[in-house]
Amino acid sequence: MSVIWTMIAKRLGLGLLTLFIISLIIFGATELLPGDLAKSILGQSATPETVAAFRRELGLDLPAHTRYLNWLFGALQGDFGTSLANKRPISDLIATRLGNTLFLALYAAAISVPLSLTLGVLAALYRNSIFDRAVNALALTSISFPEFFVAYILIFVLAQSGLFPSMAQVDARTGFAEMLYRTFLPALTLTLVVTAHMMRMTRAAIINLLASPYIEMARLKGIKPMRVILRHALPNALAPIITVVALNLAYLITGVVVVEVVFVYPGLGQLMVDSVAKRDFPVVQAVALIFAAAYVLLNLTADVLSTLSNPRLVHRK
Amino acid sequence: MSILINLFWVAVAVAVAMGAGWLFRAAAIALTKGATARMLRTAPVTAGFGMLVILIYVVVAIFAPLIAPFQEREVVGAQFMVWDSVHKLGTDNLGRDMLTRLIYAARNTVGIAFATTALAFVAGSVLGLLAATVGGWLDQVLSRIVDILMAIPALVFALLLLTIFGTSVLKMVLVIATIDATRVFRLARSVAQDIVVMDYIEAAKLRGEGLWRLITREILPNAMAPLVAEFGLRFCFVFLMISALSFLGLGVQPPTADWGSMVRENASLITFGDITPLLPAGAIALLTVAVNFVVDWMLHRASGLKE
Repeated sequence: MSVIWTMIAKRLGLGLLTLFIISLIIFGATELLPGDLAKSILGQSATPETVAAFRRELGLDLPAHTRYLNWLFGALQGDFGTSLANKRPISDLIATRLGNTLFLALYAAAISVPLSLTLGVLAALYRNSIFDRAVNALALTSISFPEFFVAYILIFVLAQSGLFPSMAQVDARTGFAEMLYRTFLPALTLTLVVTAHMMRMTRAAIINLLASPYIEMARLKGIKPMRVILRHALPNALAPIITVVALNLAYLITGVVVVEVVFVYPGLGQLMVDSVAKRDFPVVQAVALIFAAAYVLLNLTADVLSTLSNPRLVHRK
Repeated sequence: MSILINLFWVAVAVAVAMGAGWLFRAAAIALTKGATARMLRTAPVTAGFGMLVILIYVVVAIFAPLIAPFQEREVVGAQFMVWDSVHKLGTDNLGRDMLTRLIYAARNTVGIAFATTALAFVAGSVLGLLAATVGGWLDQVLSRIVDILMAIPALVFALLLLTIFGTSVLKMVLVIATIDATRVFRLARSVAQDIVVMDYIEAAKLRGEGLWRLITREILPNAMAPLVAEFGLRFCFVFLMISALSFLGLGVQPPTADWGSMVRENASLITFGDITPLLPAGAIALLTVAVNFVVDWMLHRASGLKE
């Protein structure tokens, strides 16, 4: 048991270190700008007085490491500073949007993960059949589609007839069932984008094992193909499958940006895109840090889970 | 019912596409000879279709001014005109001819994506091969930098950098090239690492071959197959990323014709049941599908040769 805990602690430490370096990059990227940040945001016509006032407001007159530490400790306590565009505290802007984005990502994950695992197992079972080839070609095609193309096709096919709303407008008063209904199209878009990859990798991971002697043995004993795959192949294919699922859930985090814009969904992605256009960099930094943290956390979880799925790694002598 | 009719047309389109792919492959085999023809014979119909589509895109991009009926930025009519005999695909939100914009965008969007991929590829593979060949601290430093840069989601990182540097085409190209170079570096390094431990590399070193000759003449030829496939895949990612940024209004700026921003500009039409805004999005999708089909075939060939 202790082996597992030290392993988890090690990974957690590594993840924290990664996050720390990422926060350095996200903060330090603004320092990369040649010349003065205040001047470049205010434009050429700004008077020296406005630039000086703006610099004070941003705290640019302090040395970089002081600003970084202030920012980092603020962020750890949930205080990301104030937005440049509308002077509101960033934590207020983020609070409800973070919940909305997580809801959408979890909704898409709840549909896509079971769906792609089932399709992957079926494709491995009926490999090289018409079903397998059709699913494969479909998967290859859907990987190649830009998210907004999938989104607009869904709007065209499903929202046109009034079946589902083309805009996912939600607020704090929207009930759970209503939320599910209104965000169905964005969730379906994300599902279509990530399912293909997960399905292909599930199929590949299982088929890779089917040539092993122990699978041959199981087959010779007369076990049904479905049982061979589910009971004998799947447990050993878990590690690569978990990795690819985590990779795609991480992809959902970035995929959500485009989809939120298409469906006018009040989430973090939309906030980020708006802020990039306004060059409201404190907001962009805050959102980037949250996205990066989620990304690192998912990869960490996948790492731990795939190790746990392998008894040879857990009970190492 | 309408869904069934749509499905029918999708099936017809797939059948026609596969037919065209088969014909193109047959024509290509007939026109070439020797090793090229033998290689083409191994191509599945999907790869034939992919090559045909890529060829059409390249021709359209090169001869855009000859094919397009109007000027790229010329306002030729009212806003959002319907499809008729003069404006085959109607007009856009400013009254510019849609077909003309689509044709010019092939030049702009594909050109920018290709240049970005090439830049990312040269930088990533040169550094990757160098890291694997030289090893030691150079390898350590480069690999750790790449590890850290890859820990941030690509689109989020691109958005962050664009906020700081401001949005323009050149900056976008540099930002995306940097981000994608890290992915190319990973692959080039891992491919080259398997090669540098081979005996013939040892022999080449003992012969006194220099670093440059070692990389270009000894390692590169053996690393070529996976790198070429990676170039295709990378192009797809870069192309989709640029389109996504343009769609978000942060990439290619108007009035330059570009598929991503064309979707954004005309998106309001979709709620009125007009498919025009789907055309530029479809153009993006079709090219990525085509490239993926060809890459799939090449990957299959590369793995087949090893067996």
